[in-house]
Amino acid sequence: MSTFNEELCVPIKSDSDIVEARQKGRALAIQLGFSGSDPTVIAAAISEVARNIVNHATRGEIVLSGIHESSRLGIQVLARDEGPGIADIEQAMQYGYSSGKGMGVGLPGAKWLMDEFDIKSQVGKGTSVTMRKWVR
Amino acid sequence: MHVPILKQGDYLIATIQSVLSDADLLQLRDDLADRVGQFRSRGVIIDVTVLDVIDSFATRTLRGVAHMLKLRGAETVIAGIQPDVAFAMVQLGLTLEGVGTALDLEEGLAFLNAKTKRGGSVWRGPIPSRSAPKAPLDAQIRKANRRRK
Ligand SMILES: Nc1ncnc2c1ncn2[C@@H]1O[C@H](COP(=O)(O)OP(=O)(O)OP(=O)(O)O)[C@@H](O)[C@H]1O
Ligand SMILES: [Mg+2]
Repeated sequence: MSTFNEELCVPIKSDSDIVEARQKGRALAIQLGFSGSDPTVIAAAISEVARNIVNHATRGEIVLSGIHESSRLGIQVLARDEGPGIADIEQAMQYGYSSGKGMGVGLPGAKWLMDEFDIKSQVGKGTSVTMRKWVR
Repeated sequence: MHVPILKQGDYLIATIQSVLSDADLLQLRDDLADRVGQFRSRGVIIDVTVLDVIDSFATRTLRGVAHMLKLRGAETVIAGIQPDVAFAMVQLGLTLEGVGTALDLEEGLAFLNAKTKRGGSVWRGPIPSRSAPKAPLDAQIRKANRRRK
């Protein structure tokens, strides 16, 4: 797998950055050839992980890139922060679990929306979520 | 981005005109709470046609608005959720349980009239076309994507 074109980096530090990140993600998705409801689905997943940065880690960034593997094209969304990290990832991935006043939908929901989902986190170091979706 | 709220008889109509940040959405909630008290409105329509995404936060906020306004004596209906936005909501496992929904403003008004059993509010704005058939789902999604590009 390799990335192509410029990586698009959106710094996330307030709620208006969430909107910017998902709009850039939608635009990139359309540019890459995603159609139907996919651009919106990708934008929704970006919205969830970007909001987690604002709510749980204060600041971080979303890095968007086009990817290709053999003959297929896709989009990669990397959300990373140097926030408090997640002690129990399995618990955090449970639908309905929230350490705050959320609905606990963001992480499991984003996983359902995308084709590939990987989360790495270290307490005190930060969290990074990598998600991919392929053009059908 | 400020959301204008129009008073229409017993009802309030809030038409979202651009993509909203979390803060904008919370502002809309507070504005609606104020206006419902001020005008003693019986129903509120929130037109979300232009929203690009309704994620967990937006869902939670819209549900909260509807429940709060209910306690203030008003019914809420969310109108105009686009097919691709609805699709993503379903995949996120989100529902607007307990909140009225309608395809568009006209249906929203019909919903409120039925709910508040008054039928008293007359829509004086542009007449939405009743007979125009809805475009197929594919075309609606393509149109929505063009609009938000
Ligand atoms: N970037 C992050 N840094 C630290 N903790 C995180 C981060 N992202 C998620 N978490 C933790 O994982 C939990 C689950 O996240 P998830 O997004 O599923 O739910 P939520 O954000 O609490 O609520 P919702 O997304 O429904 O509003 C959070 O409550 C939080 O404790
Ligand atoms: Mg979340």
